[in-house]
Amino acid sequence: MSTSIDAKLALNRKSGGRVVAAMVIWVVLLFVPFWLPMIGGYTDLATRALIYAIAASGLNLLLGYTGGLSFGHAAYFGLGAYGAGLCLIHIAPSVPLAILGGTVLGGIAGILVGPMAMKRKGIYFAMITIAFGQMFYFIAVRWNSLTGGEDGLTGFSRVPLHIGGEAIKLGPERFYYLVLVLFALVMAIIWQILRSPLGHSFVAVRENTTRLRFLGVAVDKQIWVAFAISTFIVALAGTLNALLTGFASPDNLGWQLSGSFVVICVLGGMRSFWGPFLGAVIFIVAQDYLSSVTQNWMSFIGLIFVLAVLFFPQGLLGFIKGRGR
Amino acid sequence: MSFLKLDNVGRRFGALQALKDISISVEQGELRAVIGPNGAGKTTLFNLISGFFPPTEGSISFAGQPITAVSPNALVRRGIIRTFQITQVFLSLTVYENLRVAVETAMGLQLRPWISRATRAQVEAKVEELADIIRITPKLDRIVGEMSHGDQRVVEVGIALSRHPKLLLLDEPTAGMGDQETHHMTDLIRRLNKEQGITILFVEHDMAIVFGIADKITVLDNGTMLAEGTAAEISANPRVQSAYLGNALEETAV
Repeated sequence: MSTSIDAKLALNRKSGGRVVAAMVIWVVLLFVPFWLPMIGGYTDLATRALIYAIAASGLNLLLGYTGGLSFGHAAYFGLGAYGAGLCLIHIAPSVPLAILGGTVLGGIAGILVGPMAMKRKGIYFAMITIAFGQMFYFIAVRWNSLTGGEDGLTGFSRVPLHIGGEAIKLGPERFYYLVLVLFALVMAIIWQILRSPLGHSFVAVRENTTRLRFLGVAVDKQIWVAFAISTFIVALAGTLNALLTGFASPDNLGWQLSGSFVVICVLGGMRSFWGPFLGAVIFIVAQDYLSSVTQNWMSFIGLIFVLAVLFFPQGLLGFIKGRGR
Repeated sequence: MSFLKLDNVGRRFGALQALKDISISVEQGELRAVIGPNGAGKTTLFNLISGFFPPTEGSISFAGQPITAVSPNALVRRGIIRTFQITQVFLSLTVYENLRVAVETAMGLQLRPWISRATRAQVEAKVEELADIIRITPKLDRIVGEMSHGDQRVVEVGIALSRHPKLLLLDEPTAGMGDQETHHMTDLIRRLNKEQGITILFVEHDMAIVFGIADKITVLDNGTMLAEGTAAEISANPRVQSAYLGNALEETAV
């Protein structure tokens, strides 16, 4: 019995360190508009990093925790972006409505695509997710009258929030805090899922579908739910991206962006709660810095990715945690 | 009336007759061993009973109900649970997490994003109970993939127990185990049978175990049934002796 008690104490020490680390992250994020400009950054950069962190964390629920390799999640990011823009243009000039509309649009698409993609496993699953992603991409490019075609959808902006009769303008700082609140909400939702029977069953799907099936569990239903939740979260990120940049582009739907989301998860650590966040920060900062230095920034990102996979196969966070053991 | 009954069951794969004319009846609470050389059809038999595929001839009934073409899921709900020749567990999770997800899915909670404190306590109590039965409590925090093969097998049995099996099918539960692990597993099988009252069918190659714990033994050879009976009947059966047991019997007699 003493070994069990020792192990539990060690576990408590470890989770104690985790709580401190998480608190540091939240404090650092809370004061971004104050310290980031001092070191030569700008608030929109942090906003973009958070948006990518939302998308990657959502994808990772499927990728890292359920074991479903999707190379098509940008489709839902893009649908969120277009949904938000179209809501602002055609329905009502309201930021909350745009966020809600875009998220629901992308999420419903995910609910519909999920069962079709799940007909196949492994690499075939990945291929089907790409195919659906490209389908949405070509719809966006071709449906000129609605989507603005190759040029993307423009003509909308972050209209002021109306709270209690007062108009609150969403400047870069205020928008950052709006995104931060939504990021916190998403992380709380994912945290809650991972500690629930639903999340436990996701991990069991990743570990051994045969075992689960022979316990009488409908594995496909679990994957579908994971797929759907992840697309809602990725679509939410897409709406925020449209509000950040003021337009929605076909690139928001394309396979390159889907690949970037996967890279972010792998880079940061797919088995870690904070891994996708860390990956997103590295990716966005590297992209911002490298693209100001060279046009070939993508090849440097690729190099970073290859090195990370070679030397930190568990991702950066997996590597850091492994050293703590 | 027998608990599990196979009537002239056969299974054909194209031109290959994997099993032919198998008639077995197992009583409730029985501990039954299935033996036979490689390729005798033991795993095929398990696949038929657990609904992995249906028989091409004959019929199977369980607890008085026909189960000939019932799906594996439905059979799990009726209480027929199996383990596999290749251990099927959740490798990168701890023993505790393995048993927890088994208990939670057994309680039908797998779509619940939150549960009450009371339900959580219920899950934990059930996990502790299972860990106690399989005697793995001191190792609950260990990652299953880092444990010995024997311990992994025990965890697999623990997962199967989460379903409250009435009939447990164990496919070579002691294969590849050392002496101590084998002893642990044999003891577990016997306790599950005697203390929990679970009817058990197990495939086993180690004759010392078979003759040591089984109430009755079914001998398969080349897809047919060679004999069925108690240890004494089987060891006295000349057909079994000539076809299969010869050497093994001499060894256990020493």
